[in-house]
Amino acid sequence: MIATLKENPIVRELVRSRIAQISAAVTAIYVVLALFGPQIAPYDPTQLQTMPRQGPSAEHWFGTDELGRDIFSRMLVSARVAMTVGFVAVAIGFVVGGIMGIVAGFYRGWADSVIMRVTDVLLAFPGILLALAVITFLGPGLVNTMIAIGIGGIPGYARLVRGEVLSLVERDHVTAARGLGAGSVRLVAKHLFPLLFSSLLVYSTAQLARAILAEAGLSYLGLGVQPPDPSWGGMISSGQRFFLTSPFMAIYPGTAIMVLVFALNLLGDALRDALNPALRRSGG
Amino acid sequence: MLVFVGKRILELLPVLFGVLLVTFAVTRFTPGDPAILMAGEDANQALIEATRVRLGLDQPIPTQFGLYVIRAVQGDLGVSYVRSVPVTELIGRALVPTAQLAGIAMIITVVVGIPLGIVSAVRPDSIWDFAARIVSLIGVSIPNFFFGLLLILLFSLALGWLPSYGTGTWRHLILPALTLGTFSVGLVARLTRASMLDVLSQDYVRTARAKGLRGVTVVYKHGLRNAAIAIVTILGLNLGSLLSGSVLTEVVFAYPGLGRLLVDAIFNRDYAIVQGAILVIAVIYVLVNLGVDLLYASVDPRIRVE
Repeated sequence: MIATLKENPIVRELVRSRIAQISAAVTAIYVVLALFGPQIAPYDPTQLQTMPRQGPSAEHWFGTDELGRDIFSRMLVSARVAMTVGFVAVAIGFVVGGIMGIVAGFYRGWADSVIMRVTDVLLAFPGILLALAVITFLGPGLVNTMIAIGIGGIPGYARLVRGEVLSLVERDHVTAARGLGAGSVRLVAKHLFPLLFSSLLVYSTAQLARAILAEAGLSYLGLGVQPPDPSWGGMISSGQRFFLTSPFMAIYPGTAIMVLVFALNLLGDALRDALNPALRRSGG
Repeated sequence: MLVFVGKRILELLPVLFGVLLVTFAVTRFTPGDPAILMAGEDANQALIEATRVRLGLDQPIPTQFGLYVIRAVQGDLGVSYVRSVPVTELIGRALVPTAQLAGIAMIITVVVGIPLGIVSAVRPDSIWDFAARIVSLIGVSIPNFFFGLLLILLFSLALGWLPSYGTGTWRHLILPALTLGTFSVGLVARLTRASMLDVLSQDYVRTARAKGLRGVTVVYKHGLRNAAIAIVTILGLNLGSLLSGSVLTEVVFAYPGLGRLLVDAIFNRDYAIVQGAILVIAVIYVLVNLGVDLLYASVDPRIRVE
């Protein structure tokens, strides 16, 4: 078990690379804050505490917002919101897109054509636009934000998985398993999916960064997570109104998003290098 | 070549049909009766019915979709529920500022992003590579609306050099274009680096080096020219991040473009505009990428054969 763990390229990269360690540590801190943030938060994030728009102080580390709520507590709870939306949205893309990709790549034929045309259509709405279209339809709110961002992730997963499956089904071990009489489900679950795992992990790290940025953007527009639920994007939006006198209101949550997304992108790069030694040798 | 062009355009038709279907469905099945929205909350039943008939909402859904497609193809996207102005007129007016903004951001992307990626790829793992990678990683990690606010804080509030919102002069364009361009600079630098590294590791590049050609000649003649196709493709796809990013950028700077028209319309439940704006953005994006495909197919015969 220990030997296989050491041979795992991801573990090896984490041992080898300082950048991988730092980005993984930062991500882990955010995950912990997301899990326990509401318990750590010194104040109720939705309760008025004191005078509005107070600068940072010993009682209120990051100051208070336009209604006198503790910004530090609100940011901790927002970490949970951002992470939840991020993970659920990525899971939607992963599961739906992954199934579409496997069906398209494994069965080919008309199913492949139909699925690829569907992804073409979804990809025609760049970035946040597809999410805006879905929000128009569903209305804003926490759950709808997850769905809206998740749908945007589907075509990318579908194409990635389809491409991988197309090349994997040609491999000898798959042909051998098929020759021994393995059914489709067994082939996919035992012989294809494990080989897909690494590229899916790299892609999902980048997708998580994308989803968190999208949530922040939608909430900034007022079309994502709705008050009184706090969100980093929403906090930046209300901070903008008092930007001249209290710029800290927007700067703290903005920095929180940036650091998290930066760490996730860095981690994604490190994982990609770890799982793709050819790229690393050429400096990738 | 003609066969290739014809094939690519034929492939586009189902995509455009799908885009029409999605924009129709998203706005047609939204809660709320468009006839009431358009006639006004306090309108009497007769007026609402008349509006319903005028909008064609009394027709069966497939007929409505058919009418939507036929009209959209003719350039008729309906009338704004709130302002009673043709949607095409509103979009046409908003399209110019957005095109200016995206155009300048694209220039910034090309001028900064591509050299950044090349510098990285030429000396991998050097201090230059490291610096360029950090810059491009920050570019793709900072939320663009937050970056816009930081620019406002520095250049408008602290230094007082540039206006923080609105439109009118070229000075109004600088901060929004920087805001919009930053993500694209990071994205294009990262992708340019990857495709340059790929090309520079090819055998013919090693041969060129072995022949004793100067480093610069190798990088530009053998490297960049062969990476150009990938880079042009990246720029075409990057238009997507510019169109998408312009939504947030325009809201930050109260800039009267297509993105803000769309967001305002979502809030006003002016679904005619929502439908039209999303449709127009998607069609622009799809057509530009078709153009990119055809462009490099005309340059590179290998693509046509496939």
